[in-house]
Parts: sequence; structure tokens; C-alpha cells
Amino acid sequence: MAVKVIIPQPLQKLTNNLADVEANGANIKELIDDLEKNFPGLKERICDETGKIRRFINVYVNEEDVRFLKQDNTSLKDGDEVSIIPAIAGGR
Amino acid sequence: MKLREDQIERYSRQIILPNVGGKGQEKLLAAKVLIIGAGGLGSPAALYLASAGIGTIGIVDSDKVEFNNLQRQIIHSIKDVGRPKVESAQDRINAINEDVKVTTYNLRVTSENILDIIKDYDIIVDGSDNFPTRYLVNDACVLSKKPLSHGGIFRFDGQAITIIPGESACYRCLFALPPPPGLVPSCQEAGILGAVAGVIGTIQANEVLKYILGLGNLLTGKLLVFNALDSSFRQVKVPKDPKCPVCGENPTVTKLIDYEQFCSIKRR
Repeated sequence: MAVKVIIPQPLQKLTNNLADVEANGANIKELIDDLEKNFPGLKERICDETGKIRRFINVYVNEEDVRFLKQDNTSLKDGDEVSIIPAIAGGR
Repeated sequence: MKLREDQIERYSRQIILPNVGGKGQEKLLAAKVLIIGAGGLGSPAALYLASAGIGTIGIVDSDKVEFNNLQRQIIHSIKDVGRPKVESAQDRINAINEDVKVTTYNLRVTSENILDIIKDYDIIVDGSDNFPTRYLVNDACVLSKKPLSHGGIFRFDGQAITIIPGESACYRCLFALPPPPGLVPSCQEAGILGAVAGVIGTIQANEVLKYILGLGNLLTGKLLVFNALDSSFRQVKVPKDPKCPVCGENPTVTKLIDYEQFCSIKRR
């Protein structure tokens, strides 16, 4: 399953400054593990020690937040676009 | 309210817009908008809202203008360095439009003062710069049923969402918890391109104008994500979370809490 993953600014230093990368996985969990293989350190930024997606980071398949689908069991198909979107607070 | 001749001339380009007209202009002149933060987001928001003839603009900020603010906080000028931001913003707004009654709050919003401040306004613009204030403003607006335009920026990224309490998802539905302290650098540490603040602050002003005029579709139930390096805008869906602690089915946050503490808890 080749999926395009959109990486937010704060995590781009782990993806060689790439704003989007390709990754594979039948679901979000596998996708994150695949990302970790190519970009070590990315998983611990997205997931906590128990492997769950952190509460201040949302993962979307196309336009849908996986929290309202099947969390990290949400399945993926070729051509899906996954966005990782963290809370940002800047305003000044 | 009847528009004066000079008002008809000043606002002619928006009065002739479909579905605005004199009636729409009167709505803007009667509207009260509170802007939290006279900084990167608050500056463009305040300038466009003032120019459009919002009748009352409240501005909250406890800081003084610094020289390094001028790169993005376009409401302030060189001569304002060292002055309270709210005074500088007030002068600039009234230099553009004397129709606008400006109320200044030279303070930080807190759990103790915010409900009293927002109660007089129709809609709130959050242009603050830290997580405790963002959760405070969200919760205060939800508890007071005040519409809220939220904007956030980080380096070359921006986000915006409009929250209509009781109808659409709130900030806690979007991000249940803040990141642990120290994990996400501030603009001061991470940097920000002024034009990115301009884009998001202007979107916030646009949301306010649409809300008051009853035009189009608000950014409710969806998050707008701006990537300045690609010049791309995306939208993702933000459903109301039935488990939301402040606006869900069984809310556990029924009054304001200590947000500094809430945002400093080390969580997994």
C-alpha cells in the first residue's frame, strides 16, 4: 500500500526536511512502523510509550480523523493521503 | 441605525457586495468583536475588522511593543516601541476608522477575569501564543456559548478553525490535550514568517465578517491547514467529540480550571 504521508513542520527535521514522504502499510499502525524504519525517531514523536497516538497529534486518512474511525487499526489503500497534524499554539 | 453619507462612501465597496448592502454594514457597525493578542494574528485581524467598520473592537494584551515585533505585528509602528500594545493598536485602528470604539484590556486573560471580559462581545478572535491561553479561551467560549475564531501558526504552517459552541466541534474536540511543556517550541524559539501570520490572521478576520454578515460557510467542523512553503491549503474534518470534556455528552469541565497546571502536567 503506497501512501503519501504529509509531515508537519515540527517533525520535518526527522524526514530530511521533506514535507511529504511515501510509506507503506495496510493500516495506520503498520504505516507508522514503516515510517520509523526510514526515519528513525518519528514514531516516538507520534506515539507514546504504549504505542498509542499522542493526544496532541491527529492522524487523518484523507480528510478523516482516525480517532473517529478505528484509531491505528484504520485501514489504508493505495493512493490514500495520510496527514499528521499536531496542535500548534503560536500567534505572536 | 442609519448610515451617514461618509459611511456610505467609506464602505461603498462592501455595501455593493451581493447579500451585504446597507443592512450588512449596519450589522458590522453594531457588532462587538474581542481580539485576544495584538500580535502576529491579532494585528491583521484587527486592521481588517477596523477597516470593515466593526463598531466595537476589544483588544487584550499585556505586552509592550518590541522592535522585533515589527517584522510581523503590522498594527504597530517604530514610534510605538515600548508602548503597551493595546494603546498602539487602539491608535492605529482609530487612525484608520474613527467609527470603531476600541476597548483596551492591558492584561492577560485568566480563569478569574475572562468570563467577565468576553460576556460583552458577539465573537472572540484567539490570537494568543501559548497552550494554556488557548485552552482557557476555548473553555471560556464554550461555557459562555460565544463563537470563537481560532488561529495558530508555527514556522511556515498555519491552522484555523471556527467554533460555534453547541453546534460545532471545539478546540478540545480537535486536540484533547496540549503537548507536554518544552516539546513544541514557541514562535520566539522556532521563528515565524510574518506573512504566514498575515494569512491566518486575515482568515480569522474573514470568518468574523462572514459570521456577522451571515454569509457563506464558516470553518466549523473542519480545520484549515496552510502550508506556506507549498502555498497549499487543506481542510480536514473535525467532528464533535461525544467524549469531549467541555462540550461532550458528559462534560467534566463545567467551570474554568488552572490552565497553567493543565498544560504543565507531564503525560505519556
